[in-house]
Amino acid sequence: MTEIENTSFTSFYVTAQFYENVLADVKKLESDFSFLPIERKEEAERILFKEARLLDELRLEEWLSLYSRKCLYWVPATPGGGDPRKEVSLAFDDRRRLEDRVYRIRTGYAYSQLPLSRTRRMITNIEAAEGSSEQELLVRSNFCIHEFRVGELRSFAGWTGYKLQKEDEGWKISLKMVNLIDADQAHKNLTFML
Amino acid sequence: MTKWDWDYLIQDYRVHRSVYTDSDIFALEMKKIYGDTWVYLAHESEIPNVNDYKTTYLGLRPVIVTRDNDGAIRALFNRCTHRGATICRMDKGNTRNFTCPYHGWNFANDGRLAGVPWKQGYETSFDKNELNLKQLAKVESYRGFIFGTINEDAPSLQDHLGNAKELLDEWIDRYDGEIVVRSNAHRMVLDGNWKFVFDNAADGYHVSFSHRSLLAVGNRYNNEKDKDMTYFGKNPDSSPMYVQYLGNGHVFLDQRPMYDQVGDRWEQQRPQPGREAYEKEIREEYQSQADHYLDLTAGAQMNLSIFPNLLIIGNQIQVIEPIAVDQTRLTWYATTVDNLPDEINTLRMRSQEDFPAFGEPDDVANFAECQRGLSIPEVEWVMFNRGYNVPDRQKVDERGVITAPVTDETPMRNYFQEWKRLLTMERSKVN
Repeated sequence: MTEIENTSFTSFYVTAQFYENVLADVKKLESDFSFLPIERKEEAERILFKEARLLDELRLEEWLSLYSRKCLYWVPATPGGGDPRKEVSLAFDDRRRLEDRVYRIRTGYAYSQLPLSRTRRMITNIEAAEGSSEQELLVRSNFCIHEFRVGELRSFAGWTGYKLQKEDEGWKISLKMVNLIDADQAHKNLTFML
Repeated sequence: MTKWDWDYLIQDYRVHRSVYTDSDIFALEMKKIYGDTWVYLAHESEIPNVNDYKTTYLGLRPVIVTRDNDGAIRALFNRCTHRGATICRMDKGNTRNFTCPYHGWNFANDGRLAGVPWKQGYETSFDKNELNLKQLAKVESYRGFIFGTINEDAPSLQDHLGNAKELLDEWIDRYDGEIVVRSNAHRMVLDGNWKFVFDNAADGYHVSFSHRSLLAVGNRYNNEKDKDMTYFGKNPDSSPMYVQYLGNGHVFLDQRPMYDQVGDRWEQQRPQPGREAYEKEIREEYQSQADHYLDLTAGAQMNLSIFPNLLIIGNQIQVIEPIAVDQTRLTWYATTVDNLPDEINTLRMRSQEDFPAFGEPDDVANFAECQRGLSIPEVEWVMFNRGYNVPDRQKVDERGVITAPVTDETPMRNYFQEWKRLLTMERSKVN
């Protein structure tokens, strides 16, 4: 029996093959989706809306629990994603680094999040498709996030690609790719979760 | 004569708030510092082929850096000599000529005016050569780093680099292969004066405070050895780290003494995605060479700042672009190395996502709050007096390089003297 990896502290799963799989998923997420029954689509929507609410309410630990143990939270700096093996991203977080991100904010000494960003996000244009099995859904949506911090209201827009996987406890996010329309431009403080 | 008393504003151990807040001083800086001295423009690997170009700024002046049809690197003002429109509006590309979108004037990528539409409408004495694109007076590169200045009397680039040159060599010579600058970068805008960034670049005092949350992330792993930079929290002045003033405005903070053995850099790095998976592969494939390669995924631990806008930090090339007296753009160009194993370059990408996400934003927040604090006219001074007049803290070597404990404000005290020299320098040729 193989030991289950504690991905909070190690990262054996981000292999060369993992990168290949992510790039293949991006291709699928960018393609035209085939028809999916409305009930199946609603399953996906429930996850997206729940994620949005948890983030806006800063329930970050509960938010983390929506992600699979071998997840990727990816915010490319290159429009379209580029090749993360040769290019930096605004975030290319495996489970461990995603937990680092939350941990840092929770220390109370992350001055870029003192005070914390207040956010409210709109999710629209949701489309969903069957993944490689019934246990997998591909979802894409548009977003607009309004963020307020230190006297300034800003907005962020783009589209998000998700891969959802059905696990014993229900649907989990195994890939979230956040495509900002201004991914390659300068931002002021991207330390809140997109 | 100017309206400013520079000796009052820039003193040995403190500077006046107005050098960060006064927009007239900022305008003067953009003319004289970002102009009269060498300013970093681009890395040659960003324009590797003939006819490649990228657009950037010399201070506030839009500039096109081209590798012209003969392979020469030039910096052209991005301004049509006809009515003033920028002729190139893309970030980068490849072209032999630029056509102004406004009236169609056409320029070769060496700056020559190649043609104007319906030339018969101009008087017969019309001489195209008088309306070539204006270029920077001097453009030179040193081992891939391209600099430019509008000052015809500027010393050679190598003279300007001075004592920073051999440190830059050490950063480059860490590798057998060529450094490749990736044009996708971490780009940030901050609500603060550009000098906050330069002040901070050789500041060993702020690390354990401004980066407290990042250091806490390092401690999440309960390892025996210090994680990257956690050593700044443990009486850093008695550590072998140090800061230096190198001359000509350049400053240096050296963290390398905290890494004695091959493999230390890898060991002490905060973990990046894929760390364990890739380490396993690299150890199997490269055996006794593995630690050497793995070390190259971590930063060089040299913070070398070449005045006024080029900051070498970790494995990144950080560029300061002033926008206004209270606004600055900061770009962190990531680097790969052309002959390193692909796995190492991939890990380098993941390492180079760490500090821009978890470290720099906290500094940036503090810079903006400095700007807000300095708006108070009644509190005039920014203090750089740590280590000042304290016996036996500083030493000066035969090159004039000043070395001090890592938390001393020696770098800021001294680069501001060069800043003052440049701002007060009278030159007839440049207006």
